Amino acid sequence: MTGTVMALNLARAQFAFTVSFHFIFPAFSIGLASYLAVLEALWLKTGKPVYDNLYRYWIKIFSIVFGMGVVSGVVLSYQFGTNWAVFSDKAGPIVGPLMAYEVLSAFFLEAGFLGVMLFGINKVGPRLHFLATCMVALGTLLSATWILAANSWMQTPAGWMLNEAGQFVPKGSWLPVIFNPSFPYRFVHTVIAAYLTTSLAVGAVGAWHLLRDRDNAGARTMFSMAMWMAAIVAPIQILAGDTQGLNTQEYQPAKVMAMEGHFDSFAAGAPLVLFGFPDEENRRVNYSVEIPKLSSLVLAHDLNAPLAGLNTIARRDWPPVAIIFWSFRVMVALGMAMLGLGLFSLLARVRGKLYQWPVLHRLAVLMGPAGFVAVIAGWVTTEVGRQPFTVYHALRTVDSVSPIASPAVTGSLLAFVVVYFGTFVSGAVYIVKMMAKPPSTHETLPEEAPIRTGGIAPAAAFNAAAAHRIDRSEGAE
Amino acid sequence: MHFDLTIVWAGIIVFAIAMYVVMDGFDLGIGILFTRFRVGAERTTAMNAIAPVWDGNETWLVMGGGGLMAAFPLAYAIILPALYAPIIAMLLGLVFRGVAFEFRWRDPDHRARWDAGFCLGSIIATFAQGVTLGALLQGIKISGRAYAGGYWDWITPFSVLTGVSLVAGYALLGACWLIWKTSGPLHAEARRLARPLTLALLAAIGAVSIYTPFLSNKYYETWFTSPGIAALAVMPVVVAAIGLMLFRRIGQGRDFLPFVLTLSLFGLSLLGLAISMWPDVIPSRVSIWEAAAPKSSQIFMLVGASVLIPLILAYTSWAYWVFRGKVSEGGYH
Repeated sequence: MTGTVMALNLARAQFAFTVSFHFIFPAFSIGLASYLAVLEALWLKTGKPVYDNLYRYWIKIFSIVFGMGVVSGVVLSYQFGTNWAVFSDKAGPIVGPLMAYEVLSAFFLEAGFLGVMLFGINKVGPRLHFLATCMVALGTLLSATWILAANSWMQTPAGWMLNEAGQFVPKGSWLPVIFNPSFPYRFVHTVIAAYLTTSLAVGAVGAWHLLRDRDNAGARTMFSMAMWMAAIVAPIQILAGDTQGLNTQEYQPAKVMAMEGHFDSFAAGAPLVLFGFPDEENRRVNYSVEIPKLSSLVLAHDLNAPLAGLNTIARRDWPPVAIIFWSFRVMVALGMAMLGLGLFSLLARVRGKLYQWPVLHRLAVLMGPAGFVAVIAGWVTTEVGRQPFTVYHALRTVDSVSPIASPAVTGSLLAFVVVYFGTFVSGAVYIVKMMAKPPSTHETLPEEAPIRTGGIAPAAAFNAAAAHRIDRSEGAE
Repeated sequence: MHFDLTIVWAGIIVFAIAMYVVMDGFDLGIGILFTRFRVGAERTTAMNAIAPVWDGNETWLVMGGGGLMAAFPLAYAIILPALYAPIIAMLLGLVFRGVAFEFRWRDPDHRARWDAGFCLGSIIATFAQGVTLGALLQGIKISGRAYAGGYWDWITPFSVLTGVSLVAGYALLGACWLIWKTSGPLHAEARRLARPLTLALLAAIGAVSIYTPFLSNKYYETWFTSPGIAALAVMPVVVAAIGLMLFRRIGQGRDFLPFVLTLSLFGLSLLGLAISMWPDVIPSRVSIWEAAAPKSSQIFMLVGASVLIPLILAYTSWAYWVFRGKVSEGGYH
């Protein structure tokens, strides 16, 4: 490997590592922020202490997830420049403003209201506090909107031309740039993925505690809410994934060919490859298990439709086939398992056994991390599938990288690996420990945290008020 | 007068950097001083003084970086590779700093470790920011539209000096913030720490100011010919006067004054920096007009910025107002 190729691969490894680590956190915090907003709304509406308690239970976990998302996200906003300088120079006039809008409309909104959301309940009262929660949730969604607009533009660039300096600039209006062909599909698919991921994590925590204590009210409520979400959203997600696949087939056919493992073209009906080992060198899938004609049905909605394969694409424009062939299968398999869990929970619910079937609860615990794995697998599929380009068919990855020699990138990559594992794995351990504690009926404010900014007296008053409500409702039962 | 969007955007970026220095400066400063505070009540109070606001403060750094990429992509593409090591070090330092807010509460057995990480992360991030500034000021090798130097170019006596200077400056900001926002033993400790830090910052400002004109002919001519020479005549006097006032006010007087006076020292330093660099974004090599994004990008962003920045300032002020007053171990009173 020559020095330049090595430096390029190191830079790619570093970006893949830092962005994959980062993506786990927003995938969870987008969903959790909305879940917290729903819980607080239900509490304000019904006054039932179980919602209040669940809010307090999950906000402690949210604050850790969000913090890790922030610090790992700051890294990304600088890494475009440190490691992908040529990309930044050329695509900056288009990608830059989209990300600037993300900062201005989303990051500040989240950060500005986060302090009040975490620490301010006793200072501002329930209604303003609810507003703060909603603003944080809105911020997470706006953030997803802008960053996915930028990402989608790199996947399916539209509305651009080159200026005399060789930079991508808008041809006219910004609307085709923002609403580029893959953006709406990617946005829907990704946001649903975040909700589904969160519902599986919340459901697993609820199920875990139901296995120990079937009567825990908090565990019951969170499990029921999470299973509704999974049952409703998993099928929608499969549909959304299918439409994004069709969109990808239209604009990035090579990616779909690699996902499908289609090295050859098929004149009348392409098989669906269930498993196999793609061999790029010899252009075939070894030991493949196939279902005849099914791929044509999925992609063209016709059993006998002809499908082109990678043999119609210049070899230098192929994405790495094996990686996305596998990451795609992992994502789809997990998606089907999520659908299965959702249907199973519906059956249990219809039979009135939602809180009684340990098999369902064990399955839900098992599926707890599935969303995170699926999100990363999906992300790998779409990003690696964009290769060998940074801006699809317009700027090659090899032409995007910074002029930084390998030793420097090796050093930084090692530093990122050490620091990320040291900090974020600790964070994950703390989160799992908090999840392992059952939600109590007197869930405290995140008291010991920096968080108790209400001062001793008001915090005590608040807790007393909450306790009073709990006593009342318990008395009523 | 001609309405120059490039100058407007340069102004917005400078504003974002200034906001960042003002706001995350005191956060990082408290981090730098953190292990000097007694375990228990003092550290808890110091943490509580910044916990509700640090995230918003750090967002100005993202704004500075993201804004630079959007408004001056060429500068972003040259400066960041040139300052690769300090930028990466800053980011990693900020990771340690940022996670410590939560982790020290979640893991009491290892609290000392996360406290040390909080302190070390703050020092590394601050030092790296100072080095970044110094390395930019001393000049960057360029060929065509790309950085052309090596990955050790950034380290020189001057960049180390600016790194150390910023550590002293942020530490003073942190101490002054604690003077303002706390009472009791921590308040007294902050007043004790602020005196030597004031001297250190004044010495640092002096050293950097004397060093800078001799880095390049351009700086020399800017400062030693008209109209720069007028500023050169006035600035040291103003800095010395504010420094003296600050030194006296640390011992007595209103609690918010030291913070405001320290900020004015930072403001003057930033003004000096702007005079040195104008109108370049990469000194003596790339002007703001050469690095600027095309007009359509500038206009598109300005539409959003002119609505959103006032909005951001409004709700950020509200968040600070919610947590107004003195902090104690238990929280805000």
